[in-house]
Amino acid sequence: MKKIINDPSSILDEMLDGIAFTYDDLVERLPETSVIHRKTVHNNKVALISGGGSGHEPSHAGFVGQGMLSAAVCGEVFTSPTPDQILEGIKASDEGQGVFMIIKNYSGDIMNFDMAKELAEMEDIAVDFVVVDDDIAVKDSTYTAGKRGIAGTVFVHKILGAAADKGLSLKDIKALADQLIPNIKSLGVALRAATVPEVGKPGFELAEDEIEFGVGIHGEPGYRREKNKPSKELAKEIVEKLKEELAWKKGENYAVLVNGMGGTPLMEQFIFMNDVKDLLSKEGIVLAFKKVGDYMTSIDMQGLSLTLVKLEDETWLDYLNAPVKTISW
Amino acid sequence: MVSVENTKKWLSLFTTQLIENKQYLSELDTVIGDGDHGNNMARGATALNEALDSKIPEDIPSLLKLIGMTLVSKVGGASGPLYGSAFISMAKASQESTDLSVLLEAGLDGIQKRGKATAGEKTMVDEWIPVVEAVKEKNLTVDLIEDSVQKTKDMKATKGRASYLGDRSIGHIDPGAMSSSYLFKTMIEAGVYSE
Repeated sequence: MKKIINDPSSILDEMLDGIAFTYDDLVERLPETSVIHRKTVHNNKVALISGGGSGHEPSHAGFVGQGMLSAAVCGEVFTSPTPDQILEGIKASDEGQGVFMIIKNYSGDIMNFDMAKELAEMEDIAVDFVVVDDDIAVKDSTYTAGKRGIAGTVFVHKILGAAADKGLSLKDIKALADQLIPNIKSLGVALRAATVPEVGKPGFELAEDEIEFGVGIHGEPGYRREKNKPSKELAKEIVEKLKEELAWKKGENYAVLVNGMGGTPLMEQFIFMNDVKDLLSKEGIVLAFKKVGDYMTSIDMQGLSLTLVKLEDETWLDYLNAPVKTISW
Repeated sequence: MVSVENTKKWLSLFTTQLIENKQYLSELDTVIGDGDHGNNMARGATALNEALDSKIPEDIPSLLKLIGMTLVSKVGGASGPLYGSAFISMAKASQESTDLSVLLEAGLDGIQKRGKATAGEKTMVDEWIPVVEAVKEKNLTVDLIEDSVQKTKDMKATKGRASYLGDRSIGHIDPGAMSSSYLFKTMIEAGVYSE
């Protein structure tokens, strides 16, 4: 394992200090915590917070700022943050109108955020939440922990962030979130697994000429392994799977995100987007909002994911286009 | 009978086990989870040692609560809330009783309320259920503790991150059941359990 790190156990601490130092105009690290908090004046609006294990940078600290998150609570690598840290994030963010938590669907995240919600309510802060489960690689069933939350979460940050900035109430944000989530679907493909620094070796082995569809952002297994193929064919597989879930019709508006997993160059991500564009224009759907880049990574995993959001309500596009002041949007 | 003295000894033996087996627990977790169980539990163990060195709780409820809160705030992942909830529930129950089987039953209840897992889902619950039963029947042995961990090998995970593997989770030991086995073996060693 070759990585530019010091002691693996101090990664979180050193990374957060680096972020807070570099972007001291936008964010601060709350003292003695793993919370990145935005530097804005409180103005009596609902505050959004998110968080989860680290290793997905720029998620979520990169989306802290005016118009998106009030705070990101950062856990150890691939490990949910703890309830006391989440509580600090909630307390620092609350502007008197309540706090809305955006949680990715993992057992650990849900338990820790839920405990934090209980603690915050004991301090008379209203808290509500939504669980993002955009990854269609896993079927939702009583036999699994349900679908995972992956890159689509970033769109949730943006759309809800703009809504909160506009002054929507906690109740209305919850309703918007519940309407939005079923319209967001993602699917990824991995070429090489991530190496967790404290483990020192890749989470799973793929042969030099193998790829795996549906791998999660912590290296959770996907649904099929096969020989590597040209970008066009990878795009075709993923678009077809998303089509089964979204059942789109000609003329519908969509937002699209091609998301790099951390070890895949932008060059390849743009090639893939070009293929996605060809496939989707044949389907007759309108790509009203587009993004390419590393938004929800998996440390150094090679691969990418495709997220599509059906823009069921036209205000969602306005929310996506609203200006923000963050590190990474 | 649970006392402040034997509980401290128990936790000290448990944290030593966690630190010594950090690599092994993470290896178990790499196969069917996300590879962080050993590191998370070892971080919690270090924090527990510090907490128990600096604060000296004088009664069982405060001691168990301190253990629970330290685990909740230091371990993270799913194990933090699960082990933490176990000790916090035990702390509550210890206000009424110092009987080990009463406390462990409350601990199991805390885990199941937080994690929603039942028997046979390849989780730490599959270690806790037979142990709690055996403590009640006064026939707990190291063999029973170890056999129960081994039994998770043939189970198919339907909770937690291993559930994404489906059938591929079969044939591997559950890391949470393994770390729980250290908890129960050191419980015997410290004399907290006696027939």
